[in-house]
Amino acid sequence: MKIEGQVRIPSGCAIAAVISKDGRRMSGEGIYNAMKPMHDRSNGLGGGFAGYGIYPEYKDFYALHMFFNERATRKNCEAFLKERFEIVKSEIIPTRKIPQITDEPIIWRYFVAPLNSVLLALQLDEKEFVAKTVMKINTEMDGAYVFSSGKNMGTFKAVGFPEDVGVFYKLEQYEGYSWTAHGRYPTNTPGWWGGAHPFTLLDYSVVHNGEISSYDANRRFIEMFGYKCNLQTDTEVITYIFDYLLRVKGLKLEEAANVVAAPFWSTIESMEDKKERDKLTFLRTAFSSMLITGPFSIILGFSGGLMALNDRLKLRSMVVGEKDDRVFIASEESAIRMIEPDAENIYAPTGGEPVIIRTKDGDEF
Amino acid sequence: MTEKNIFGINYKEVNDILRNCSGEIKLTGCCGQRFIAAGMSDKNITLKGIPGNALGAYLNGACVTVKSNAQDAVGDTMNDGKIIVHGDIGDAAGYAMRGGRIFVRGNAGYRAGIHMKAYENKIPVMVIGGTAGSFLGEYQAGGVIVVLGLEAENKKIVGNFPCTGMHGGKMFLRSECADIKFPSQVTARRAGAGDMEELKAYVSEYCELFGYDIDRIMSAPFTVVTPDSKNPYKQMYVAN
Repeated sequence: MKIEGQVRIPSGCAIAAVISKDGRRMSGEGIYNAMKPMHDRSNGLGGGFAGYGIYPEYKDFYALHMFFNERATRKNCEAFLKERFEIVKSEIIPTRKIPQITDEPIIWRYFVAPLNSVLLALQLDEKEFVAKTVMKINTEMDGAYVFSSGKNMGTFKAVGFPEDVGVFYKLEQYEGYSWTAHGRYPTNTPGWWGGAHPFTLLDYSVVHNGEISSYDANRRFIEMFGYKCNLQTDTEVITYIFDYLLRVKGLKLEEAANVVAAPFWSTIESMEDKKERDKLTFLRTAFSSMLITGPFSIILGFSGGLMALNDRLKLRSMVVGEKDDRVFIASEESAIRMIEPDAENIYAPTGGEPVIIRTKDGDEF
Repeated sequence: MTEKNIFGINYKEVNDILRNCSGEIKLTGCCGQRFIAAGMSDKNITLKGIPGNALGAYLNGACVTVKSNAQDAVGDTMNDGKIIVHGDIGDAAGYAMRGGRIFVRGNAGYRAGIHMKAYENKIPVMVIGGTAGSFLGEYQAGGVIVVLGLEAENKKIVGNFPCTGMHGGKMFLRSECADIKFPSQVTARRAGAGDMEELKAYVSEYCELFGYDIDRIMSAPFTVVTPDSKNPYKQMYVAN
């Protein structure tokens, strides 16, 4: 089978998310049911989910979710990990055998903490070290792929329709305070397990509907900072851009949104508030290579919250609704109605307008 | 009247149900089925729940009433008939419609009326009761778009870049539009007596459908936008 990077298929997607602002944990069943009415937005070549707050018993450890092509690769990779991390638990990620999902790789998870001695020797902070290690494995270790590397969160993805992927990974047995979901219709790449969404690095996860036209400009820029885009899919570069802007550069979420979906110069010029105008001018100028053009609607997951964002021309659909402590985001209102038939205040954010939802005790940034 | 719950039923089956029915039919439990009533000509359909994208695509005379919101591309390329939406509609409503009428009680998303067109006596009409998103009437080639801005409070009646590429048809906005920037290839002016007479026919139907007072709506100033034939589009891409 050809994998990402070996073939290009020129040819849309579905996204959904739910979050409890009270930090109340919800089973993953709701989110995979939400994907059912949007079935026709995907073509069966990828589905995936990210759940936050799902590993409270290991919340201080990085949860590495990995695909391996064979047992020997796993053994080699474990030896590599043991030199760098304390592994407190390693296990197969439980799955169900269902006819809709076939040809699965070896799917494993490790709860790890970087060895202090290694961090001291390399003079790296913990997150930077984990990010670099993920890049190293994904770039250099053939047949091994880290598809999730955050704390108290995890992604679950496969080739198949999203509602089937949810059943395959037994998501109804996990409980998270937020969930994101994706149904894939690959436009450029053949659809391999690693290429399904969400794309993640550390706690950040991105699900994306669209096809950005700035991929290569964005990739060339972000690769200067040590990121490696291995999969030729546009969503991967979006994930690294957010990691760079938020974690490395310390921008606020709103500012990062103003970088990737910057208003048009004509819109900035017509603004009456000088402070706002100056801020937007600065962000567009300082991070011009991180402007993302072309159609996208994305949901960025992070510890303690979600951010939804459309491209500035709003070339993809996205609606937001709420009910009590929960907020819902989806490509279509029908998906929201599947989780909560009585959802209220349904509205469509404008292009480039970030919608940020935080749990009451989530991180502020 | 036939009534049927279509929750969980595939759109092809839903349209088969509709085709095999005559007269009035009510579908409940809609949840995202696309293409409902596509191409249909002689039905009177009421929908409860949330219909999927491309509701009433190629509609050819049927009347479709939606009791809630509708999603994207309502009335895509519709030819005749009527679509009445009691809530809001998503993006690209009335995409390339060339006949018939769409009435939306609430707001419209981006690109409402993109590439609407008219030919001889086929003049499509779209009336939006609330506000419209950016790129309203993008590449409009014909037909009539009316935006009333009811219950808009401090929200602008239309988003950014309205009438981009507009080269035919007419738009009525219930606002003086002092804060709206139009492209130089269109003319925006205060509606005169003749315009108001034409407008009244569209607005009275809206008021009957949704129970508004026509005099109150018509008493506010309206702006009329039409293409400026003295300043046509030229050399947009290359000098030739």
